[in-house]
Amino acid sequence: MIAFTLNGRHVETDAAPFAPLSDTLRERLGLTGTKVGCEAGDCGACTVLLDGAQVCACLVPTAQAEGARITTIEAEDPLVEQLRAAFLAHGAAQCGICTPGMIMAARDLLTRDPTPCAPAVEEAISGVLCRCTGYRKIVDAVLDAVPHATPMPSAGGAVGAAVARLDGAPKVAGTDRFGADAAPPDALWLRVVRSPHASARFTLGDLEAARRGLGLQAILTHRDVPGINAFGIMPNLKDQPVLAEGLVRFRGEAVLALVGERAAVEAVRDGDLPIAWEPLPALHGVEAALAKGAPQLHAHAPGNVLVRGRLTSGDADAAQSAAQAEGAFETAFVEHAYIEPEAGYAEPTQGGMTIVACTQAPYMDREETARVLGVAEEAVRIVPTACGGGFGGKLDVSIQPLLAVAARAVNRPVRVVYSRTESMASTTKRHPAILRARMAADAEGRFTAYALDADFNTGAYASWGPTVANRVPVHASGPYRVPNVRNRTRAVYTNDTPAGAFRGFGVPQAAIATEALVDDLAEQLGLDRWEIRRRNAIGHGDVTPSGQVLHASAGLPECLDALKPVWDAMLSRVAAHNTSATRHRLGAGIACMWYGCGNTSMSNPSRMRVVLGRDGTLTLFNGAVDIGQGSTTVIAQICADALGLPLSAFRFVLGDTALTHDAGKTSASRQTFVSGRAALEAGRDLRRKILALANAGEDATLALSGATLHVADRAGGGRSIDLAALASDLEGDGRYDPPTTALDEEGQGIPYATYGFAAQCALVRVDTVLGTVKVEEIVAAQDVGRAVNPTLVIGQIHGGIAQGLGLALMEEFIPGRTENLHDYLIPTAGDVPPIRVHLIEDPEPEGPFGAKGVGEPALVPTAPAILGAIRHATGVRVTRVPVLPHRLWEALHVRQG
Amino acid sequence: MIAYHRPRKLEEALAIRAAQDVAVIAGGTDVYPAAAGRRAWGDPTHKDVLDITSIPGLDRIEETASGWRIGCLVTWSALGRAALPPLFDGLKAAAREVGGVQVQNRGTIVGNLITASPAGDGIPNLLALEAQVDIAGPRPRQVPLREFLTGYRATALEPTEILVALHVPRLDGARSGFVKLGARRYLVISIAMAAGVVAADATGRIAEARLAVGACSAVAQRLPALEAALRGVAIREAAEVVQADHLAALSPIDDIRASAAYRRGAALTLLRDLLRGLA
Ligand SMILES: Cc1cc2nc3c(=O)[nH]c(=O)nc-3n(C[C@@H](O)[C@@H](O)[C@H](O)COP(=O)(O)OP(=O)(O)OC[C@H]3O[C@@H](n4cnc5c(N)ncnc54)[C@H](O)[C@@H]3O)c2cc1C
Ligand code: FES
Ligand code: FES
Repeated sequence: MIAFTLNGRHVETDAAPFAPLSDTLRERLGLTGTKVGCEAGDCGACTVLLDGAQVCACLVPTAQAEGARITTIEAEDPLVEQLRAAFLAHGAAQCGICTPGMIMAARDLLTRDPTPCAPAVEEAISGVLCRCTGYRKIVDAVLDAVPHATPMPSAGGAVGAAVARLDGAPKVAGTDRFGADAAPPDALWLRVVRSPHASARFTLGDLEAARRGLGLQAILTHRDVPGINAFGIMPNLKDQPVLAEGLVRFRGEAVLALVGERAAVEAVRDGDLPIAWEPLPALHGVEAALAKGAPQLHAHAPGNVLVRGRLTSGDADAAQSAAQAEGAFETAFVEHAYIEPEAGYAEPTQGGMTIVACTQAPYMDREETARVLGVAEEAVRIVPTACGGGFGGKLDVSIQPLLAVAARAVNRPVRVVYSRTESMASTTKRHPAILRARMAADAEGRFTAYALDADFNTGAYASWGPTVANRVPVHASGPYRVPNVRNRTRAVYTNDTPAGAFRGFGVPQAAIATEALVDDLAEQLGLDRWEIRRRNAIGHGDVTPSGQVLHASAGLPECLDALKPVWDAMLSRVAAHNTSATRHRLGAGIACMWYGCGNTSMSNPSRMRVVLGRDGTLTLFNGAVDIGQGSTTVIAQICADALGLPLSAFRFVLGDTALTHDAGKTSASRQTFVSGRAALEAGRDLRRKILALANAGEDATLALSGATLHVADRAGGGRSIDLAALASDLEGDGRYDPPTTALDEEGQGIPYATYGFAAQCALVRVDTVLGTVKVEEIVAAQDVGRAVNPTLVIGQIHGGIAQGLGLALMEEFIPGRTENLHDYLIPTAGDVPPIRVHLIEDPEPEGPFGAKGVGEPALVPTAPAILGAIRHATGVRVTRVPVLPHRLWEALHVRQG
Repeated sequence: MIAYHRPRKLEEALAIRAAQDVAVIAGGTDVYPAAAGRRAWGDPTHKDVLDITSIPGLDRIEETASGWRIGCLVTWSALGRAALPPLFDGLKAAAREVGGVQVQNRGTIVGNLITASPAGDGIPNLLALEAQVDIAGPRPRQVPLREFLTGYRATALEPTEILVALHVPRLDGARSGFVKLGARRYLVISIAMAAGVVAADATGRIAEARLAVGACSAVAQRLPALEAALRGVAIREAAEVVQADHLAALSPIDDIRASAAYRRGAALTLLRDLLRGLA
């Protein structure tokens, strides 16, 4: 027995002495507020206090807790309580998976130093990674011990109010349930055996003997898949097996599923399993896959080309120009690095299956799981847990089909928790891209033509490859008026990790190329970089390369105008500094972006239901999954004002396929816009019904007290409805599908109902001797249509910027080499600079209260703005990201001869 | 099941070490990540464990007649807080750069040394300090660090031994420094690093310089040629003395973090920066 003091109470545990303390807390002592993101000290999600000092619980042998005082997020402690309130008020918790660790790290600091400065806070929390917030709001929260919280708005005042996220309290208390936090007590454990080879054949020996020998309940192969052993995003492209059938196409592909008691499953050495491998040559990168004579990886993809995308308008080759720029650019695989690895459980039901797991797309999970099980979709129920970050990486199924197959095979609940490495090695990435682009302008700097040929490495399976290939041609020429455009893209199969959806679907990669060419043209023409962008900025009434007229909500000119004083100030600061500086040089960069909200030319409806019960409860049945971005709060704010009852009156049923309608997936910056609009319609629908019942006019006000609804008209008259006396609950139903049209062969049509626009300026400091880059400041201006919740909108922008910074400077996933958060670097609290945000609100008539999407756009301009700033500081035109110090140093050396 | 020994006496620990093949564990900050890495690719096995953290007296920093004795359980944080002369400024700087605060609160300087990673931030500092290691075992011995580090992640420690302390000899009037280069601000493995101890005479001329570079060879290297060249140089001008030739003994490699050529160039810059910082 190991005994220690846990949050002031004496506890004893018979946990194994070598078991990490994090595991003992979670699995033995039931305190799941301490999170596990890596089991290797890299993420800090498991931070607890040991005798008052912060430690990673995943690195502490339980034996070493003997006699110690352990404090976790569950502690009742005044300082922790203050931090919880501050985190809520500042929007410092988005998905919330890092929050317990952050709060414990901050608590450690505040006991040592009650009035720290910002750098001290950064250092104190530097061992905890956050992928959502960009850290600045966390630093603010720690600095601001007595926060000033926005009060809950009254009826009609929800939209525009910076209220704290409605699902925030459990996140800061450590009681939110993420994928790994709960499972039925009788659940067996699943462990997936994965290919160590990128390309190989394999044969299996006597698995039954192995199963008996290892004390497992089951060893599952593709033969155990009751339905179709295939999944994938595209309806016609279910190309990825749940369990491989004698052939693997990437390192990390699932081969066997081991099911049994936890200890038995975890003790298995892969080497003890009867698998005979025959490694084959592997195709790494698109060049290898496109080479003549390269083996064909899928029967349906001759030449390994999965899909081609194109867009043509005008004649990009014939256009007249005074200046021409071209270049080749390369980007790397980028890992989502959500701090919560995939986790959840499956529970068999009569004829079907319930899956409780973290996800971004419950209805898609349901469809995929049903196919794999060979049952009707209705037989599968998906119950999303809290989701510790997604960013596109939890759109594809990962654990769901495996859990379903396993739970079916053993007819018991089965749970799984991916390790960090497993998550990184087996789930999707941002597509690496090779981009060749050309751009031309006339003597006044007006863009005349743009052409792009881009190859995206989609890895071993299709996933969202077609989406990337189709979205990029629409967006590649940037948010500018360009009369002649010719874009061609390919998604190419390789033996690399599958690439899928990641905040921006290929647009961030394309923007790196395009914005560099814009800078080239400005340089050739002697124009200021802000000026050339402003001259070409697309705006109201302009026509996009796909032939769409922007009738409304096109606020890029306003974004650029908001940045003009910032830009001028940055330029003067750079000039003043660089006259005397030789080694540490400053540079300023600017970049723009646009981003279509919702799926490209595809129906993507959402449906919402709001019910005013006879008992006086008001419930929003919201199928949109909040992965930290705030949709639960924003959609409720919209519905509240559409209905006319206060936000505080709402209760929620969230994202359970048995209880909520399909609100689509949380991707493509669509939840505020599409699901928000559905919630608006639902709220209005309920309001209409109430007004009809009360025989009241449009402008009547509503108030709810208990089961009595008061409907008052302007004149002061009104009536009260006794809800309990009604024959049934009152229900509002709302559906919305953004109006789009198909794209023709030349990519012409209306691919999106609306677009987000943004511009960012970056100031960097480059050590020209070491090639290191420090981003000093980012200023963003973003047209969000309407900021339904400014705190959450700004949170999205900060988070996008942090990811854009990582993309530009440090992130590079290399299969087999950077499969952990030690070698794969994401920004820490010390890497994200102060950020200023200008919100531009050019209302979108289609959007709820004028709102449109914000989730992805902020990431897009960051990397190009930083690259532009590096170029300004050094003269090096960067063509490959990430700009690791050695790459910049090599480029500087070439320049210096 | 993995057997877990947590003796309260050094003798007991040595007896366990002598009797069986066990993995010693101190702060665990290298042991646990290594185990997680193996487990991720299908090897969950682990040696039996010998936890030395409840042996009293090993977590002290003591001044001795000839210098300082740093117990094997002294953590980075404890070292950072300790009252020590400027000779230790470099090691203290490293103590704030190793991992994040959590890792500093748990990880030991000795554990870092025994892991003997080419990128271990403690090692160039200890080389510059001319530390000796104090080994308990069947044949107790003191070994100079240079002999103790035998190669890439390899040391002269025998499976029967426990490293009980480091001994750092006094060097009057000496100061030290440490500079680390990584691809992000915190929580980062060094691409390259430089550590140095410099003692100057009353006129500001270097009487003794000891410089070491890490992450640029399988084992961090002292730079004797540079040290010789610096002797007698005014400390203000020391940075100017450093030339590429002085780094000839390094053998950096290309890896995910940087190229070999870059590492060589960076080492030169870091050494110059280090000496400038000590001027
Ligand atoms: C997230 C993270 C970031 C890190 N960042 C850095 C970094 O920036 N720079 C850096 O240099 N290091 C870094 N490290 C590694 C660093 O924490 C370790 O090297 C640490 O100092 C090792 O000490 P420990 O007590 O934790 O060792 P342990 O893990 O307990 O042991 C390490 C090794 O030493 C052996 N050992 C320990 N003590 C003794 C003894 N007295 N006698 C015999 N054998 C012994 C063990 O058997 C084991 O082989 C990082 C680690 C993590 C988890
Ligand atoms: S889980 Fe402990 S640091 Fe990541
Ligand atoms: S809020 Fe920090 S990781 Fe999501």
